Amino acid sequence: MSGFTGKTRTRAALAEAPATYPKELERTEIRLLLEGVYEHYGFDFREYAYPSLRRRIWKRLTDEGLSTVSALQDCVLHQPEAMERLLLDLSVNVSTMFRDPAMYESFRGNVVPLLRTYPFIRIWHAGCSTGEEVYSLAILLQEEGLGDRVRIYATDINEAVLQEARAGIFPIEKMQEYTQNYLKAGGTHAFSEYYTAHYDGARFDPSLMRNVVFSQHNLVTDRSFAEFNVILCRNVMIYFDRKLQDRVHGLFHESLVRTGVLVLGHKESLRTSRYEALYEPVDLKQKIYRRVS
Amino acid sequence: MKKTKLIVIGTSAGGLHALSIVLSGLRPDIDVPIVIVQHRAPDSHDLAAVLQDSTTLVVEEAEDKVILQDGRVYIAPPDYHLLVSKGEISLTTDAPVRFSRPSIDVLFESSAESYGTGLVAVVLTGANQDGSRGAVRVAAAGGRVIVQDPSTAESPTMPAAAARSVKNALVLPLERIAPALTDLAARGITTGIRK
Repeated sequence: MSGFTGKTRTRAALAEAPATYPKELERTEIRLLLEGVYEHYGFDFREYAYPSLRRRIWKRLTDEGLSTVSALQDCVLHQPEAMERLLLDLSVNVSTMFRDPAMYESFRGNVVPLLRTYPFIRIWHAGCSTGEEVYSLAILLQEEGLGDRVRIYATDINEAVLQEARAGIFPIEKMQEYTQNYLKAGGTHAFSEYYTAHYDGARFDPSLMRNVVFSQHNLVTDRSFAEFNVILCRNVMIYFDRKLQDRVHGLFHESLVRTGVLVLGHKESLRTSRYEALYEPVDLKQKIYRRVS
Repeated sequence: MKKTKLIVIGTSAGGLHALSIVLSGLRPDIDVPIVIVQHRAPDSHDLAAVLQDSTTLVVEEAEDKVILQDGRVYIAPPDYHLLVSKGEISLTTDAPVRFSRPSIDVLFESSAESYGTGLVAVVLTGANQDGSRGAVRVAAAGGRVIVQDPSTAESPTMPAAAARSVKNALVLPLERIAPALTDLAARGITTGIRK
């Protein structure tokens, strides 16, 4: 069990191409790689933001001991295990529990009162990665007495990170940082009540997940699957280009009930999206919005 | 002569003071965007607001996919890498690069790739060696590298490392950096500046 900790969490790193690598050829090679991956495996990275995408590709390429993007294409098309490693590098988003504590504090103060008016609450946590923020939200909702009125659908493109999220074991050395975040986020208990030490990991109380459904969902290619009162999608769309961001905003808009709440990452903004007019800010600084039309 | 299109600045320990000196010395009509990485803790003070006091240029904390505007100053938010490509900011939460997030190397490298000879990169005071690799890429792509004279730096390690790494870096005392930037922004990079 302890093998789960850190398996994918060290992923998601950036590397740089050699200075002499021809830029135009690199672009062509990356386009061909992404087409190949899409056609052969169905994963569509063609509209990911190029600057970070190319650095994540270089990270994989270097780790495989290769020197050209074309060689990586050959490698991932012929070896599914190499594709799995590339998929992790391209899709894993690193997070922490109660990342941006002020957002959770604001959620408690501004969104929870709204949620209390619903008999039943459906929340979509899109791009949940290894689950740190899902556990954070579940703890918050439980402390607010909403734990059994809510169902959280936590989705990610990547089955490997969902397995880790389900296991709920996080690195023990992170607990000090997470405890501080939890307190700043307005936590009302002792954070240590929620986990037990388990080898080198902190195993979170499985009952926190009793109303959480983890499942695979691809924001790029899959459709909406329900109507939600709240959608959280934090630091996922920063990896998408503007066109894809707008498509995903369309997906969220059609998946939210009227007056539904949308929560983005701390440095993401509806300002750069054409959906801005369809929302009003609940807390502009914390990127919490409410659908108005 | 190639016009300067972007100025990028990296700093760490001692950076707040150094940045305020540089920003306060810039001409208010400077017509290139300025992007800054300053290493700091995730919950540190609002750096953009503090630096705003030292300049009439608008200073803002960068958001993802924002289009750069000339004469505006963008600060990398703590805990994100900031990449610049073709006039647009991309943020990522990828793992720290050589212990830093934001990483000065990542800012410099991404800017060098997209701006080449139109880029000026500045390394100010700091207690680690972030920025050196990036500065090498900036120079290799034909951009200009300015380094704060380590003897005028609160923490000399970072500028000293950058000056060692980039042979033709322009090493200037802190108060000479803003005039040099104004000059480069107005006249382009290959005109050379008095040392």
